[in-house]
Amino acid sequence: MKKMFRGKKYFIEALWEGLLKISGSVTSIIIILIVLFLFSEGMGLFKKNVIEEGYVIAVNKNNPIKDLTPQQIKDVFDVKIETWKELGADVSGNQIVVLRLDDIPNYFPEEEIAEDMSNLPQIISQILDDNPGMIAFVPKDFTQTNFTGKILDLGNINFKDFFGGKEWFPTAQPAHQFGVIPIVMGTLWVSLGAILIALPFGLAVAIYSAELASKAVHKVLKPIIELLAGIPSVVYGFFGLVVIVPLIQKTFNLDVGETGLAGSIVLAIMALPTIITIAEDALRSTPRAMKEASLALGANKWQTIVKVTIPYSISGITAGVVLGIGRAIGETMAVLMVTGNAAVIPHTLLEPVRTIPATIAAELGEAPKGGAHYEALFVLGCILFVITLLINLTVEYISYRNKNKVA
Amino acid sequence: MKNLRKIALAIALALVVTPMLNAQKIKGSDTVLPLSQKEAEAYGKKGGKVTVTGGGSGVGIAALIDGTTDIAQASRKMKFSERQKLQSAGKQAKEVVIAMDALAVVVNPNNKVSQLTRQQLEDIFTGKITNWKQVGGEDLKIVVYSRESSSGTYEFFKEHVMKNKNYMSSVLSMPATGAIIQSIKQTKGAIGYVGLAYLNSEVKAIKVSFDGKNFVAPSVAAAKNKTYPVVRPLLYYYEVKNAKKVKPYIDFVLSSEGQAIVDKVGYISLK
Repeated sequence: MKKMFRGKKYFIEALWEGLLKISGSVTSIIIILIVLFLFSEGMGLFKKNVIEEGYVIAVNKNNPIKDLTPQQIKDVFDVKIETWKELGADVSGNQIVVLRLDDIPNYFPEEEIAEDMSNLPQIISQILDDNPGMIAFVPKDFTQTNFTGKILDLGNINFKDFFGGKEWFPTAQPAHQFGVIPIVMGTLWVSLGAILIALPFGLAVAIYSAELASKAVHKVLKPIIELLAGIPSVVYGFFGLVVIVPLIQKTFNLDVGETGLAGSIVLAIMALPTIITIAEDALRSTPRAMKEASLALGANKWQTIVKVTIPYSISGITAGVVLGIGRAIGETMAVLMVTGNAAVIPHTLLEPVRTIPATIAAELGEAPKGGAHYEALFVLGCILFVITLLINLTVEYISYRNKNKVA
Repeated sequence: MKNLRKIALAIALALVVTPMLNAQKIKGSDTVLPLSQKEAEAYGKKGGKVTVTGGGSGVGIAALIDGTTDIAQASRKMKFSERQKLQSAGKQAKEVVIAMDALAVVVNPNNKVSQLTRQQLEDIFTGKITNWKQVGGEDLKIVVYSRESSSGTYEFFKEHVMKNKNYMSSVLSMPATGAIIQSIKQTKGAIGYVGLAYLNSEVKAIKVSFDGKNFVAPSVAAAKNKTYPVVRPLLYYYEVKNAKKVKPYIDFVLSSEGQAIVDKVGYISLK
């Protein structure tokens, strides 16, 4: 009887163990699958054409031009580059004339365009033939039959334009501009600023609350700090926009208050509860015997904190800092509202910046599924993932080294 | 406690599933969203069922192509590439204009400039004009605010006012119209654009001229008699073979009762 009961108990224990194993491994596999999905969606971008899907860039058949970068195409169509000489081509007349579908009536009587647009290919061919300096941005379908112009083969979006590009204009026509430098820089600037503000304050509060505060103060302080973590990020964002942004504008006498600094301050406030709570728990986990030993040796309170408590709990403190940085880098809504979101490379924290999460959140809704813009946003997600991974690894390494030192 | 949770779950499920079974779905532009919601509410009182969700014009049109919505609401015309995708999916869409919306160009109330031409607006938003003194104001840097690129308003302004040129890269893009108004109120050299329905006394609307001679202030009356130039249609797209299913609702929106709601929401009715 007793033996059977024992067998049952073992069975239940084994069952529990099995369940834990399964849930653990399933979760890990799902996480890996999510990462794989992120990267596979993102890599599709580099198989996409430089020109908007379904369109081509065409020039007069005698035009010697062979290749244009996305940047050049944009400047041509924005009339910033006006002559073929600037592009290194020798074309009679030299002046660049831009043709979009909407411009066709300027060259051709509208009444002669067929209702179903079936004669558009001929019309476009003819206009291109008549204008040696013309560059046209037309649907691919209109260039399939009897097209006499020269279609430029501009190739696919490449790594260099993406990671080295300085302009982020995903909806630019005719060529998307996917330069991630301004956005990556913006993210790093804002996060760095946030951590520089949050770290000293967070650690100070954690040490005060764990070591110096009286019980009554601690009882009030702790719930208030934890309450900070429960406030929705949109509320922080709005607070930032209405309070911090005008404050910064006045203090530094700026043209615009929506700056990286505003984002940093809001993020710092948001990262504080994480840093404080975890660092404080780590400080509190220092064994009483260790602290008492230090005090018994004649060290005062301050010396005990600096020489015993902090070194003992350093790995916990770093964990808090990492989670705080993670929160800062990945935060979306609050940053979206206060940083101004201009995709320019920032030189100081007092300029508007655009961050990766804000870009993804603001643009994914409108990006056509499976298109170049959609995939570019996934690559941004990959970059964010790699940045966080690197930070985590560095901190792991540092805390591992520190731990060995203390031991 | 457990029972309570079960009941709550059942209610939530019912709320989600029931309308999905027999209602028409509208999805898309956040600009059209408040209008569609009011229309759907009034239509619901007459016994019809319509569910409305936002997400952006592009999201709505993508849903129409995938067949996950009956009507796509949009604040811009369907793009060529979207039309092609629809065609290759073997579908045909019909476009219905349900109302008009005027865009107002706004500046800080303390700004002395009160009128601008289209060319000046283009130059400001593309970054060729950077100081207010170049357009007759004081010596102050121009700070340009725009909506996010996911917004139909962004596309419309680019096509209609900037003649398809791209915004300069240092434009500050805001996630919502409310945020644009808040920022323009706070920033002395600011300029931006908002829907006419959002115009209030915290910002100053600029008189706009497309021909360089007649400057018109944005108002419902000016938009209706077509003297104000920055006006766009608000659109519904539906699949031709679904016409029977969606017709009663669209007829309701276009009826004088439905158009009265358009005026109430702050857009410009067709009549």
